[in-house]
Amino acid sequence: MAKQYETVIGLEVHVELATKTKIFCGCSTAFGGEPNTHTCPVCTGMPGSLPVLNKQVLEYAVAVGLATNCTITQYCKFDRKNYFYPDNPQNYQISQLYLPICQNGRVEIETENGKKYVGIHEIHMEEDAGKLIHDEWDDCSLVDYNRSGVPLIEIVSEPDMRSAEEVIAYLEKLRMTIQYLGASDCKLQEGSMRADVNLSIREVGAEAFGTRTEMKNLNSFKAIARAIEGERERQIDLLEAGEKVIQETRRWDDNKGESYAMRSKEDAQDYRYFPDPDLVPIMLDDAFLDQIRAKQPEFREEKMLRYKKEFDIPEYDIQIITGSKHMADIFEQTVALGSQPKKVSNWLMVETLRLLKENNMDPEDIRFSPENLAKLISLTDAKAINSSVAKEVFEVMFDQNIDPEKYVEEKGLKTVNDEGALRKTVEEVIANNPQSVEDYRNGKEKAIGFLVGQTMKAMKGKADPGMINKLLKELL
Amino acid sequence: MANIISDETIEYVGILAKLELSGEEKEQAKKDMGSMLDYIDKLGELDTKGVEPMSHVFPVKNVFREDVVTNEDMRDAVLKNAPGEKNGMFTVPRTFE
Repeated sequence: MAKQYETVIGLEVHVELATKTKIFCGCSTAFGGEPNTHTCPVCTGMPGSLPVLNKQVLEYAVAVGLATNCTITQYCKFDRKNYFYPDNPQNYQISQLYLPICQNGRVEIETENGKKYVGIHEIHMEEDAGKLIHDEWDDCSLVDYNRSGVPLIEIVSEPDMRSAEEVIAYLEKLRMTIQYLGASDCKLQEGSMRADVNLSIREVGAEAFGTRTEMKNLNSFKAIARAIEGERERQIDLLEAGEKVIQETRRWDDNKGESYAMRSKEDAQDYRYFPDPDLVPIMLDDAFLDQIRAKQPEFREEKMLRYKKEFDIPEYDIQIITGSKHMADIFEQTVALGSQPKKVSNWLMVETLRLLKENNMDPEDIRFSPENLAKLISLTDAKAINSSVAKEVFEVMFDQNIDPEKYVEEKGLKTVNDEGALRKTVEEVIANNPQSVEDYRNGKEKAIGFLVGQTMKAMKGKADPGMINKLLKELL
Repeated sequence: MANIISDETIEYVGILAKLELSGEEKEQAKKDMGSMLDYIDKLGELDTKGVEPMSHVFPVKNVFREDVVTNEDMRDAVLKNAPGEKNGMFTVPRTFE
């Protein structure tokens, strides 16, 4: 019988924190600035410059640690990780090796076999590097240090995952937790969340771990799943052929669906870490931790339970809505303004999701305000506009967050509730469509639909279909 | 000298520090490192039981800044320190991993 293998996976996840400034200087972290316009002596590593820790970085790191059940290291400090590469102007990265801010945590994930814990080995704070661009023309490299010094946390898991599904459940869990904290937007595609996968295989039942490889350059959940499958196969093939897995870093090429070695343990990096003398130790008292604890938001699981109790909406809607902190905020605020939960949920589940998909946007990118959604719902509740006009208005609102009341007024989209005017139009439609009238009278119920449509067209869409129906039936 | 630095060690440290040393320089570096380590070994003669490792010489802790942008665009000044400049970026010898 062929040997059965088990995959053992641990993750290193880098998350870019949503601070306004860099970790050790007052330069902006805003994305997309002209090269090197967000730089200073500190983040370009000039001799004599002095880094000072951004307090918000510390608060976010502690908040993520508490949310992932970590022990917070109350006496903690920064270390220098030494290596030479031009994206790192100091020739060392300020990171944490000896006393990382958070240790020994765990998160719960849902798997097909039920709930499971994934251990968090540690979370540490560090700085991002600059960006290198290769200039073919002059055969040199160009460096932009705008990203240099942008704050990151690195979340190192225990090797507790056994499949791509578990890895994705774990990443989703981290992403959701961190988004709810507002500590990062965690977008894999844009690099504000990056995952490196450490993977080894062993025969089912074996105690010892196999030799692991580290896979980099994974920027979507799909790429992660494919890379895990690919690496598992590659390692099995090696072992089956009597060869050995070499401990090395590999780069995943998602287009080709294969990976190649970047560097092996042979020329392993020796980072010669030592405590950074420029940064003083951090001592966190219990009061500080209590303060952060008190500010923790309601997380997704609690929110789902509360929605189930408080709102009469389907389980599926609850899952989708709470799947984005921003969407859940919009939902709750719109309901707080007096709209019926089911109606709010419908706008989010149907039209909002459709437009997000069409525009290739994330729920976090929703621009319309709860106030405007509430206004739109009350306009339809009052039958001031019919449902097709409402959809039209919603599209404009989705795009530009317009005030639907003003918009309907300005564009003259209000339903004509003047029965006399409507009756006149219905009479004209009946007179102009003798064939349909006859069909209806001969028992062809469907013919009335055509007459409603004709009336609506004549009213330029500004009529209540229920009322048209009523009048038609009355006049026929 | 109690600490003898091997040829392999000096070669390895040279690689890490990206230094190319001549034979003569290597010999000198071996001597220097050996005597530095001898000096550090003196610490081993002391009883340090119960003494916390020191990471900072001053009794200062918790120095933070608020998350407020205080730096304006100072690209021109920063680029004055660059070995070379092109399109607002630092130029360095072609580098790739």
